[in-house]
Amino acid sequence: MKLLNPSRLLHATFALAILLTGTVLSNPYDLQLLTFIGIYTLLALGLNMLMGYAGQISLGHAAFYGLGAYTSGVLTVHWGWSPWAALPAALALTALVAFLVGLPTLKLSGYYLGMGTLGFGIIVHVLFREWSSLTGGASGMVGIPPLEAGGIVLSGGRGYFFLVWLVVMGAFVACERIVGSRVGRALRAIHDGEHAAAAMGVDTSRLKVSVFVLSAVFAALAGFLYAHLVSFVSPESFGFMVSIKVVAMVVIGGMATIWGALLGASLLTLLPEWLHVFSDYEMIIYGLILMVVMIFLPRGLTRGLLDIYERAKRSSGTSSASSES
Amino acid sequence: MRGMGRALMKMTMTGLLIAGLCIPAVAAEEAYKVGGIFSVTGPASFLGDPEKRSLEMVVDAINEAGGIDGRPVEAVIYDSEGDPGKARLAVGKLISKDRVLAVIGPSRTPTTLAVIPLAEQGQVPLVSCAAGIQITQPVKPWVFKTAQSDVLAVAAIYDYMKKHGVKKVGILTVSNAFGESGKEQLVSQASSFGIEVVQEESFGAKDTDMTPQLTKIRKAEPDAVICWGTNPGPAVVAKNMKQMSMDIPLYQSHGVASPKFVELAGEAAEGIRLPTGKILVAEQLPEDDPQRAVLLDYIKNYEARTSMTVSGFGGYAYDAMHLLAKAMEGSGGDRQKIRDALEAIQGHVGVSGVFNFSPEEHNGLGPEAFVMVEIRDGKWKLLTD
Amino acid sequence: MQELLQYLFSGVTSGAIYAVIALGFTMLYNATELINFAQGELVMLGALTLVSLWAGLQLPLPAAFVLAVAAVCGVGLLLELLALRNVRKPHPILLVLITVGASIFLRGVAMVIWGKDAHGVPPFSDHPPLEVGGATLLPQSLWILGIVLLIVLSLQFFYKRTLTGKAMQATAINRRGAWLLGIPAERMVLLAFAISAAMGAVGGVIIAPITMCSYDMGTLLGLKGFCAAMLGGLGSSWGAVLGGLLLGVLEALGVGFISSSLKDAIAFLLLLLILYVRPSGIFGSGAVHRF
Repeated sequence: MKLLNPSRLLHATFALAILLTGTVLSNPYDLQLLTFIGIYTLLALGLNMLMGYAGQISLGHAAFYGLGAYTSGVLTVHWGWSPWAALPAALALTALVAFLVGLPTLKLSGYYLGMGTLGFGIIVHVLFREWSSLTGGASGMVGIPPLEAGGIVLSGGRGYFFLVWLVVMGAFVACERIVGSRVGRALRAIHDGEHAAAAMGVDTSRLKVSVFVLSAVFAALAGFLYAHLVSFVSPESFGFMVSIKVVAMVVIGGMATIWGALLGASLLTLLPEWLHVFSDYEMIIYGLILMVVMIFLPRGLTRGLLDIYERAKRSSGTSSASSES
Repeated sequence: MRGMGRALMKMTMTGLLIAGLCIPAVAAEEAYKVGGIFSVTGPASFLGDPEKRSLEMVVDAINEAGGIDGRPVEAVIYDSEGDPGKARLAVGKLISKDRVLAVIGPSRTPTTLAVIPLAEQGQVPLVSCAAGIQITQPVKPWVFKTAQSDVLAVAAIYDYMKKHGVKKVGILTVSNAFGESGKEQLVSQASSFGIEVVQEESFGAKDTDMTPQLTKIRKAEPDAVICWGTNPGPAVVAKNMKQMSMDIPLYQSHGVASPKFVELAGEAAEGIRLPTGKILVAEQLPEDDPQRAVLLDYIKNYEARTSMTVSGFGGYAYDAMHLLAKAMEGSGGDRQKIRDALEAIQGHVGVSGVFNFSPEEHNGLGPEAFVMVEIRDGKWKLLTD
Repeated sequence: MQELLQYLFSGVTSGAIYAVIALGFTMLYNATELINFAQGELVMLGALTLVSLWAGLQLPLPAAFVLAVAAVCGVGLLLELLALRNVRKPHPILLVLITVGASIFLRGVAMVIWGKDAHGVPPFSDHPPLEVGGATLLPQSLWILGIVLLIVLSLQFFYKRTLTGKAMQATAINRRGAWLLGIPAERMVLLAFAISAAMGAVGGVIIAPITMCSYDMGTLLGLKGFCAAMLGGLGSSWGAVLGGLLLGVLEALGVGFISSSLKDAIAFLLLLLILYVRPSGIFGSGAVHRF
């Protein structure tokens, strides 16, 4: 089912767009904003694999985001490691935690799974906040060193922009590969009907845990990039509301569409920027958007708008034999 | 080919989003722009909201008096919502897009720490309104602050306690940056005042009952209890202590130095002592106190303008803007000159205290920035002994 | 010994708060198998409305109580009518997210109306704290427990003795089947929402005197209330009450004997424990899934 040419063209166009944007934009603020969008896209991508394709729910994903950030922070600040050495350690630790938590939690389903992940997220948040000797506690950890590549210090600005979006593109390709493979089909089988999938010989629990770990690793990677960009971490950035925000990005952007993660991340990062004059009303608007999109476009904006587009095309008489995909 | 059309739509949407970013900010060439970043909403809004209003008030007053060197001042204020990530983006915007000459704020210590690298890289003077001592110690060339440090607040309490024979204290701190910083200071400074901390407990910002913690503290038999937090937790602590008939004195931090605390704690507020900026007892100050006039003026104007009672927090932004205005005179909009002028300011009488900056001292306040007060009949009574 | 007693009393105080919130969750789940993430916000609205009516407008307490409950009831009804009813394919994730969106929305509205500060109200009765064996208990806690007991008994009566109650149970067990028998299923759901919102409001009103009411008081309370409901067993009213009390006491004991810094984690650790070991909770009747 892979249409090679459009997909490659898409990737190339995307890469070109990033290259252009990175070179044309000179304002550090714009670059930083887009860099943040990239980091959130990474978060949303991972969660999308879990929620959109495997059909599970995680309301505590900020915990993995934070684990990646704090692990790298602790290793580089307290033990003087190089960030590039801290990266695999952070990813490995998060993967381990995700594995240990995923095993029992993914046996639950529906609401219980959501609440289990939520509980886990809050416990980790409390840990970040109270283990002050290690994490700096509620005041946070300063002095996280910037990344260096080939002698150049990447401390925000253009270099970091390209780094983050390079990682995002890599993640896109990885996700597409997975989705298109046997594993991807098995995941979608689980999504559509877990028992049926199991009856067909799909090792559901192993797959679910694997996807959970994968999404956690993506989140940890995003956390690593965040920590070395801002050079400061504090527990507020990894609380319950952040978990909800990432879920909102996945869901609003469109579950089970990889580009949906990009759309969701962009929208939810830019929205506060556009609304800053209404900062007092931001929560109201945010809640409304979440509700409205979930009620009227439950498959997210990407699918929803495309559905509307296709319906309009059909009703205007064009013979586009479109059925669902 | 359907895949193409779909993908193209997605790309277009994202492209539009990115294009939406590049709407340039309209620049008024003439005005001097000063940036403000405060926690106007979120858990620290009791800080950010009055700070924002105070800044606007001062800017309007300056403009009414003819501006600085004849040029009007424009304040560009963003809301950090108490979130370091948002604060960072906003300060980045202030520096790169709005091209402000200086930034006032943020309101909290974690958010300040998150934006300090931006101020240093962008070489923009940052005048923070947060209390954390690590903001200005060690000194960073571009970073200043107007809020009194928690170091001074703790010293004021311990000094009073030492004079009144208190030897053992139990401390109860809120589990956020403010409470943690206070706890650090309380623990580290105790011995130099001959005081022993016999029990340390903490509570969550939204907790509704602290009797278990107080029970543990009572068991350790301290002479007094020190509670370090911001509303509403400390009010609950005060009520709990009254409920448990704990008759040892309760000391609070300057975090509750606002009429709100008295309102929330009700009768339990009676007899509580705390360090505060002189703003709460402005009328009780002796006539020759240099801050008296400035304070009374600020109180009168703020309350007239906002019809809200004043608290010390707005004063941080008030002082910051006045200090910056002084530094901006004759600078011609050069950030380096503003920074240098700021660093040289001596003897500036502000709401939070009398400021004396130097290359080694970027907070500029001494112990006289705090006075001890006691709540009697729901009012603040200056303690003069 | 005196300390233990004090811990127990404080545990009962917070536990009563959790119990009242847990009841709201359980009640709605019983009737619709839905978890309303905005339940905590309904509690908050009840508390803040009481503040405005009783302390602000100086209405007499009973009138303020009733009006506050009615107002929040209305909010709950609107939530069901406008938001939840129109969902074509009620997938659990979707419903969770809609109620999450609703909770954020309600919090934003409360912030605009009541501001960012906390507000207090005086306790219902002017009695001094009660002293038992050297430990003190606030009379308001007894009010809370008493009203909770009343609610649970009324609910039992409603379910077991009235036709509407039985109809609601039928709708919960099998909506289509009930509808086929002539039970107006949609109206039952509406009624369930109204009642659970009312319970949330009552919760907010009775805890207002001992908590500090602010626009963001609902989030953590709601989550902990949910933990309490799960602890006791999601389908059982008595379970909700006992789960709440148990959670409150365990938190107080945790603070007293281990450390105050882990207090928030206790509720969620218990939640995870229950989920892994016995999802039906202590008094629940067999695991119920939504899928």
